[in-house]
Amino acid sequence: MWTFIHKLGSPKWCYSLCGRLQPGFWIAALLLIAVGSVWSLAYSPPDYQMGNSYRIIYVHVPSAILAQSVFVSMAIASAVFLIWKIKIADMAATVMAPFGAAMTFLGLFSGSLWGVPTWGTWWTWDARLTAMLIQLFLYIGVIALRGAYGRNDQGAKAVAVLTLVGVVNIPIIKYSVVWWNTLHQPATFTLTSRPAMPESMWMPLLIMVLGFYCFFTALTLYRLRNEIIRRESRTRWVQALAE
Amino acid sequence: MAFDSLSAFLDMGGYAKYVWPAWGLTLCALIGFAVWARMERRQLIRQLERRRRREARSA
Amino acid sequence: MTRGALNQSRTDAVGAPSATVGLVGACAAQVRRELAVARRRGGEWLNPLIFLALVTMLFPLGISPQPDLLATIAPGLLWVAALLAMLLSLDALFRSDHADGSLEQMMLAPQPLAALCLAKVAVHWLLTGVPLALFAPLLGVMLSLPTAGSLTLIASLLLGSATLSLIGAIGAALTVGLPRGGVLLSLLILPLYIPVLIFGAGAVQAAVQGGFAGPALALLGAMLALALVGAPFAIAGALRISIHG
Repeated sequence: MWTFIHKLGSPKWCYSLCGRLQPGFWIAALLLIAVGSVWSLAYSPPDYQMGNSYRIIYVHVPSAILAQSVFVSMAIASAVFLIWKIKIADMAATVMAPFGAAMTFLGLFSGSLWGVPTWGTWWTWDARLTAMLIQLFLYIGVIALRGAYGRNDQGAKAVAVLTLVGVVNIPIIKYSVVWWNTLHQPATFTLTSRPAMPESMWMPLLIMVLGFYCFFTALTLYRLRNEIIRRESRTRWVQALAE
Repeated sequence: MAFDSLSAFLDMGGYAKYVWPAWGLTLCALIGFAVWARMERRQLIRQLERRRRREARSA
Repeated sequence: MTRGALNQSRTDAVGAPSATVGLVGACAAQVRRELAVARRRGGEWLNPLIFLALVTMLFPLGISPQPDLLATIAPGLLWVAALLAMLLSLDALFRSDHADGSLEQMMLAPQPLAALCLAKVAVHWLLTGVPLALFAPLLGVMLSLPTAGSLTLIASLLLGSATLSLIGAIGAALTVGLPRGGVLLSLLILPLYIPVLIFGAGAVQAAVQGGFAGPALALLGAMLALALVGAPFAIAGALRISIHG
């Protein structure tokens, strides 16, 4: 176990490991998303209340789940970086951030499009939407802080601290927004009160979520390799890659 | 199959203007990220090659 | 600590506590030093108050001078304005100490950096949060906030601004080494302020509507307790990163 972690800390070893792992994840992501898309768009039955507009759920839920998972992954990577000083962990956190921000934005975008036919409005200060919006700003803060420091060790540590502070705050923000929401407006529509989905509806959703996870893993591995090249470009083994 | 015809599928039961943009932007973003990562890698490799040639010349 | 040592710590404006001073003594010295620095800067502590008054003035001008409309938005408005005033004062929290090397002295001190940071933040709260809390009800009268809310406004601001100081200090410590950290600081810190705003304004709203502000105040207290436990270590860690990399 320990030797494995120490080996992971070596950029060269990690580079080749990522190279070996990533094709599988790309293929899995492609297959899962393709199957999930066709199934969910064409084969799953329409919802008895929302008709076909509910098909947005198949992109909305995966991006919303990823938006949270990516932040947690970033926080884990940051903690590993701060505790064991493994630079690979910081590189991983670096490459994850833009994808997480994009997923958060997509969750908001598809949620707002879905809101028009179901709630009758583009935006409502619903607890989940508001919490997502705040999370988007947390992502932007992390990216902006890294941008301000540039790619150096000091910036990496500062971003790691901010990410950890953010991840501690996410549940607090979430529950306070829920509390605020119940205080201000009675719930008009809640998705959770609907009857449980039939299997023909949730199976494609599960496939899409898994597909998005595989895509995230594949993209992170791929961009981690890029980041290793960028930061280790002075070493001989990286320069040998250009031959 | 939940739809009778291709036009019914594209119409999405009248919800086409909500369903397709949401799906479109999400899939475009995924493809965009993959393409961006690929271009990033190419550019980095090109930079490495350029540096190698420069150093080979000066050496 | 003798009177002479205290005077010395005032005159050299560094006041790095020596090893013979205990933790409490070191924190007390830090507090006295911060107060001395604030006194030398004169009326700077008034700036957040003036900012609060100015921002509050903008809303009747920008929205409507109707008393009943103002009364409904007053709790949230005062809280948002006070929060922004706290935010503006944070940029300067570590900046001058970073410029003149006092921060390095704090780090070299044998006492834990987190405790000294806590003392520093406590003074910041005393000079920013407490005046804001005491001043806000006056502006509440101008916004025709029902008098039932005044006491809750003070209590919620006292509790909440302490949390704001603690969380904000983390951001200030992270950006102290950057040349233009001001805007970045608000970007980093504002999302983290949202829970405090929700419960702070919620407490005042509850009191105005004749409800019971206790639960919201209790939650503000809980957040303060959490911030008191966690934030000093985050501040100390962030300062170490900003200074030594």
